Amino acid sequence: MTSSRVSSEAGPIRMSLSSRFENIEMAQHLCGKLLEPYDLPEETRHWILMALREALANAIKHGNAQDLAKRVHLDMDVVDDALQLTIRDEGAGFDPAGVADPLAPENRLKTSGRGIFYMKTFMDEVRFRPVDGGGMEIFLKKHLTRDGKKEEKGR
Amino acid sequence: MKTSVREAPGGVQILDLKGKITIGSGDIQLRETINKLVEEGKKNILINMQDVTTIDSSGIGELVGCYTSVTNKGGKLKLLHLPPKISDVLTVTQLITVFDVYESESEAVASFAA
Repeated sequence: MTSSRVSSEAGPIRMSLSSRFENIEMAQHLCGKLLEPYDLPEETRHWILMALREALANAIKHGNAQDLAKRVHLDMDVVDDALQLTIRDEGAGFDPAGVADPLAPENRLKTSGRGIFYMKTFMDEVRFRPVDGGGMEIFLKKHLTRDGKKEEKGR
Repeated sequence: MKTSVREAPGGVQILDLKGKITIGSGDIQLRETINKLVEEGKKNILINMQDVTTIDSSGIGELVGCYTSVTNKGGKLKLLHLPPKISDVLTVTQLITVFDVYESESEAVASFAA
């Protein structure tokens, strides 16, 4: 097979999770495994996993409204040294443009509305897409520096 | 998350938190602990964050909610020993300027009398 795509050694991971917050850490653990070949600063790794946490929490709470009959679909892969995460819920969807700016003075002390902001802060790319048939898909991307790849550094 | 409350001079309540303040795990617990203190008339509260390992937007939201409810009751809620990552999370959302944050417990306790 000829392909210029450099995928992770673990390969793509595709999961379907029930709408429980307890599942967030399991997904974070597997995402951490995907990042293992990369000698990332501990902070970078932490922020990536936080962005994933926020996206999953969003899908479980706001998307699926914690309805156990609805699933959260998660795809994770490293392609061309970039981590790509796709999180899809089965909820009613929402308008990302309608989410209030948490930095605006009038929103500063609100108790919610920071999850998307954190995703955008910690990742290189964040996209939202309504899914045909219902649900919202969030795509997150983070470049993992090639220089930092363990096996290349060590040789 | 584990919580424990101790009383410092001047009636300041120090709330020691240990573990995660994340959605479905610690966020509600934080709110209930603070609400209970406020209901008991204990309105000067110092949250010791030293052993908080993880926080997410829900945990941050609860911290903000606690700050507002204590302030609205005429009390003060301050933070002690913020781990660097939690400080970063508060900084990017410009909340770090909302909270009084201390590195020294004695200084923090004394500040309530000011």
